Amino acid sequence: MADMVKIATRDSYGNTLVELAKEHEDIVVLDADLAGATKTSIFKKAFPDRHFNCGIAEGNMITAAAGMSTMGLVPFASSFAMFAAGRAFEQIRNSIGYPHLNVKIGATHGGISVGEDGASHQCCEDYALMRSIPGMVVMTPADDVEAKAMVKAAYEHVGPVYMRFGRSAVPVFHKEEGYTFRIGKAEQLTEGNDVAIIACGLMVYEALQAAEALRVKGIHARVINMATIKPLDEEMVLKAAKECGRIITCEEHSIIGGLGEAVCALLSEKLPTPVRRIGVEDQFGHSGPAAALLKQFGLCAEHIAEVAQGFCGK
Amino acid sequence: MTASEKKQLEITACKVRMGIIEGTHAAKSGHPGGSLSATDAITYLYFKEMHIDPQNPKAEDRDRFVLSKGHAAPALYSVLSQRGFFPVEDMAHLRHIDSYLQGHPNMNLVPGVDMSTGSLGQGVSAAAGMALAAKYRKKTNRVYALLGDGEIQEGQVWEACMFAAHYKLDNFCAIIDNNNLQIDGSVDTVMSPYPIDEKLAAFGFHVICIDGHDFDQLDSAFTAARACTGKPSVIIMKTFKGKGVSFMENQVGWHGKAPGDEDYTKAMAELQAKLNELEAK
Repeated sequence: MADMVKIATRDSYGNTLVELAKEHEDIVVLDADLAGATKTSIFKKAFPDRHFNCGIAEGNMITAAAGMSTMGLVPFASSFAMFAAGRAFEQIRNSIGYPHLNVKIGATHGGISVGEDGASHQCCEDYALMRSIPGMVVMTPADDVEAKAMVKAAYEHVGPVYMRFGRSAVPVFHKEEGYTFRIGKAEQLTEGNDVAIIACGLMVYEALQAAEALRVKGIHARVINMATIKPLDEEMVLKAAKECGRIITCEEHSIIGGLGEAVCALLSEKLPTPVRRIGVEDQFGHSGPAAALLKQFGLCAEHIAEVAQGFCGK
Repeated sequence: MTASEKKQLEITACKVRMGIIEGTHAAKSGHPGGSLSATDAITYLYFKEMHIDPQNPKAEDRDRFVLSKGHAAPALYSVLSQRGFFPVEDMAHLRHIDSYLQGHPNMNLVPGVDMSTGSLGQGVSAAAGMALAAKYRKKTNRVYALLGDGEIQEGQVWEACMFAAHYKLDNFCAIIDNNNLQIDGSVDTVMSPYPIDEKLAAFGFHVICIDGHDFDQLDSAFTAARACTGKPSVIIMKTFKGKGVSFMENQVGWHGKAPGDEDYTKAMAELQAKLNELEAK
């Protein structure tokens, strides 16, 4: 796996927008002075008259996108997760969520892997914020292949969608051939009944690495890629709980309000099962290289394997 | 505008005001003050200015209206009902449980409402987005957004103004209901937005200042806005909160208070007398 190609999912986002826009003239893209970073610059180069820079004014961008959608366009509004989900939360809630408008929010630079910019830009609260809005689809891809399929699925879906992409390049472990993506459908990546590791985003690859290390130690972990955080694939979670009896959730997000809590809420009501949540504990991030930060915050294969081992009592 | 057109608009506005009183009285809540100040402008828009069809409220080529000061919903609903989008009698269900006439406008429930609003500062952005979309699609739709003068304290309003001027949205017209009163007192004592005209001119708007209760002035203002090219327009209307009901006029207390039974009887009698007078003219 060492020679695996690495691509940042924000690049996948920019590239797929271009691909989609060639076929669909109703797609427009909005950005808030971050086109170079969110990679909508790729779209701007291909379709300059369909890319609207809104300046550093995310609240207006999000609400203008809402207005554009009422005119039959499908706007993809882009910024960093911090400023899309965070700063413009109330605009998303009231002007997109409440009227259930067909706006897609492409939020890049999610989580602490933003790295050197530090806590002010490391959004670990976006799943929590977006999950709380009725009717909002919340997704994050694990790699380039999934990201491309996800952006296309978001376009096909009628209604509001929040997608979180990453800044750092991550291994492309999915095979392009035969790959399909469905909103709300989780993907089981490994067989195993000792423990289920339900992960999303860049934590999926870490979970796969952890499963490999665990296998050597005789622990068979079932790795599940929960790319859609809302609506949650309840069937997949309940099946894993029933068959494995132990669940670990992994996300590059606060352990408050994200995937872990979504899984816990489901299980506590329908099938109480012991859970360990791996994520950013109740704290802010800080500056540093992405890889070092992920290790420090326990968002890595080693930590997942350690938790799993303890959990399985081995 | 002919004298008879003007008279008809005045009659309609009077009926709209009666609907506002009817609705807020029945709801035992709501915002009569700012609804009454905006009544003449919204009446003018739906009865003279805008290209709309009550039989086909979702027609693609229609002009759009966004009530950015969403708390003036009673005024918008009353105008829409008078215009035939839904029965006038439904005003009595305003804000009631399970009524489609929500406290603030919901575009998915009320025929004729083009955008859900209520959280101040957002409607103007949505309207600017609509105007940009129309331009992008090379369509002729015009888009109107009505804002409160207190509302323009929201920073997002100025983001939207920058955006509208930057994209030269001459199909966009903002209207500011300058009744000079907001919940906590007069606008200039709470947080002065003045001089509104100079600020908006500096932001790149074609600025038109009028008396918002004079249909001749409303007529010239909207005609001038329509004729303006290369930049968005704003009509700053000097108005009176509570206009048309003597004891509500220019009284901040009537911002978000419903008329009680006695107030209701008095207000309706006044408006009925005014209506009779207009119709006898």
